[in-house]
Amino acid sequence: MVFKYMPTITQERRQHGTTPPPPVLPGGGDDGGGDSGSSFPISKHQVGLWILLGVIIMLFAGLSSAYIVLRGVPGWQNIEVPSILWLNTAILLASSATIEAARKSLRHLRIDAMKSWLVVSGGFGLAFLVGQVVAWRQLVAAGVYLPSTLHSSFFYILTGLHGLHLVGGVMAMAYVLSLALRNRLRPAADESLKLCAMYWHFMDGLWVYLFILLVLA
Amino acid sequence: MGMHDKHATEHAHHELGFVRKYIFSTDHKVIGVQYLITAMAMAIVGGVLSMLMRLQLAFPSQMLPSMGSIMPDAFAGGIMKPEFYASLVTMHGTIMVFFLFTAVLTGGFGNFLIPLQIGARDMAFPFLNALSYWIFLLSCIVIFAALFVAGGGPLGGWTSYAPLSAVEAFGPGQGLGMTLWITAIALFTASGLMGGLNYVTTILTMRTKGMSMMRLPLTQWSLLITAILGLLAFPVLLAAGILLIFDRTGGTSFFVPAGLITADMKLVQHAGGHPLLWQHLFWFFGHPEVYIVILPAMGMASDILSTFCRKPIFSYRMMVYSMAAIAILSFIVWGHHMFVSGMSPFLGSVFTLTTLLIAVPSAVKTFNWLGTVWGARIRFTAAGLFAIGFVSLFVSGGLSGIFLGTSAADIQLQDTYFVVAHFHLVMAIAPLFAAFGGLYYWFPKMFGRFMNETLGKIHFWLSFVGVYCVFFPMHIIGIGGQMRRLYDPTQYDFLKSQQGVNVFISISAFILFAAQFIFLANFLFSIFAGRRVTEKNPWHATTLEWTVPSPTGHGNFGEELPTVYRWPFDFSLPGAKEDFVPQDVAPVAATGRK
Repeated sequence: MVFKYMPTITQERRQHGTTPPPPVLPGGGDDGGGDSGSSFPISKHQVGLWILLGVIIMLFAGLSSAYIVLRGVPGWQNIEVPSILWLNTAILLASSATIEAARKSLRHLRIDAMKSWLVVSGGFGLAFLVGQVVAWRQLVAAGVYLPSTLHSSFFYILTGLHGLHLVGGVMAMAYVLSLALRNRLRPAADESLKLCAMYWHFMDGLWVYLFILLVLA
Repeated sequence: MGMHDKHATEHAHHELGFVRKYIFSTDHKVIGVQYLITAMAMAIVGGVLSMLMRLQLAFPSQMLPSMGSIMPDAFAGGIMKPEFYASLVTMHGTIMVFFLFTAVLTGGFGNFLIPLQIGARDMAFPFLNALSYWIFLLSCIVIFAALFVAGGGPLGGWTSYAPLSAVEAFGPGQGLGMTLWITAIALFTASGLMGGLNYVTTILTMRTKGMSMMRLPLTQWSLLITAILGLLAFPVLLAAGILLIFDRTGGTSFFVPAGLITADMKLVQHAGGHPLLWQHLFWFFGHPEVYIVILPAMGMASDILSTFCRKPIFSYRMMVYSMAAIAILSFIVWGHHMFVSGMSPFLGSVFTLTTLLIAVPSAVKTFNWLGTVWGARIRFTAAGLFAIGFVSLFVSGGLSGIFLGTSAADIQLQDTYFVVAHFHLVMAIAPLFAAFGGLYYWFPKMFGRFMNETLGKIHFWLSFVGVYCVFFPMHIIGIGGQMRRLYDPTQYDFLKSQQGVNVFISISAFILFAAQFIFLANFLFSIFAGRRVTEKNPWHATTLEWTVPSPTGHGNFGEELPTVYRWPFDFSLPGAKEDFVPQDVAPVAATGRK
């Protein structure tokens, strides 16, 4: 991702020449590099998103480590997980593909197609959330509640937290769609869509990880 | 007045109403000052709590009828209740670690200094920044409220160990008081994450032209590394807090094993949890947290020291690398807080090794500070004195860390006053001194007036002697066996011979606390009536914030952002007209050559 921007940076640097001139006085600069800070390879929004993803990773890493530790405690009982999760997973994976389709449409200036793909992606996201609620209700119907076993506690909390973060993704998608409807998305001004897609893929990957952790492992 | 100044003034008069300008402001300077003042208020609360603790420790279970009438719940018949003492310990630690140190150093100085020193107009996300402050304020109110709810404040110390914290029936303060504690910490975490996201993004992407990473003032490096630490550590605390809340209210059993019994002999309805899990999660956050407190202090003290020594900082690069090394190591040492938790001795020796490794970058930093001071013609201002005091306290507190980080010695010393002495000196008082130094140093920048230097020096000497009188004897009574969080030392025969030391510590503490009001009066008085700043750069410093008028207007710099030509430590350059060359001075101008 960073590499894509590299040519532009080099160009910018060339344009600026070697401004600021090298210091004449001894000790005038520790590295002598006249790097302009504004040429940081990625935008502040993208940096902000990367940081947010790092924070979310640490949150789930903390919870996963608790999960792994407690699974080794005697008396751990696995619960039977509803099979609808497989369908939900497929839907979420599909939504990642459709949001990429939206990005591709934008690049090829097929604005209407992009809007449709965005709606489809958001719809898939909502369908996933509904599917997760159905899974919860099936568990409740089977008499598996939050405090039933440690496995069920983790299942509800991890899926719940992931769902909350995904709600944020759906809201971001709605925002991007509102930009698209006001014709504010162009191939040259596609950052909001790009960042939204990044977050969405991350949520997708996070779900696959949680699914493996909670169900398959 | 040059063009730049004129523009800056115009920026300042870019009219906003009083409320938008000083209360719901998105200007990083206003937010920084808001953080500072809120944290100072919290410091007074935390300080009063510690005075009550010292009162009890020196004169255990004395009749205090006046206290009994003020707080009848806490002083039954005028005598302080043990539960109240435990809640004092908890609230003092929590308030000081989170709501004073973390808030002052990163929230206060971080917000105020980052854009000014890197040559930016504001933070990357000003609204998020303002939101961060308001959530912080809310968390302050919530933690303050925990002192006054039914049952009193939480009892489990600032670490809130489970299972004590996980079951409401375990104590009077473990009900609503504990719930408010978790809520406040969760809010504080959210606020800190918003701040950290802003700091990292701003420092990485908004540096002005010429401000390469290796030209950043050390304050900026320290704030960047601190913010990264916070972003990696706070989410883990949040994860632990989420599990704890579910244990308390959702009936889950993450931290509670089977078979626990409450004080009134009722079996706790939990099973399957792991009682040590909280400690692991907490200290995975907790150890980086102490570096979140000390690193900005190191950065600020380095810059202030260099300015008042009129010398470049000794080995700038090693200062940066050692801060990074400390940050990385801080994530693999948490087990040294748990040596007596039944951990395998082999694992204990691994944590000992990683812990002792931290001594290396810490010693590098100390060596460099000494190298900076060595042979310098030091200007003994209040700010400079506090920076030197920081180095002294960091060394004094750091050395005892070597004993505590060694598992064999720690088994003897853990949970005694030796630990209390260690962490107060190294991660409470040392950062406090750096913060005082920062306040004396940047006060003119914030308010356009100076603080009184004479009062500042009196404040320094009383504080410097005071903290050593308070905390140094604690090592001795700690080795003598006095336990931390102990309600009444005279209950134990083997501690009675040390009681005189406790009295000495308490009296010193009362004087030390009183001396802080000299600072407070100086601070408040100087905002309105201090000597006015007449020049842009009163300390003859090199960093960008001193190239604009004080107080600095909205937008910080004039129409054009400054261009940086040099690192921030060009002091006493041979051939230069003056003994400092600011970062925005082009090489030719500095020598006077055309």
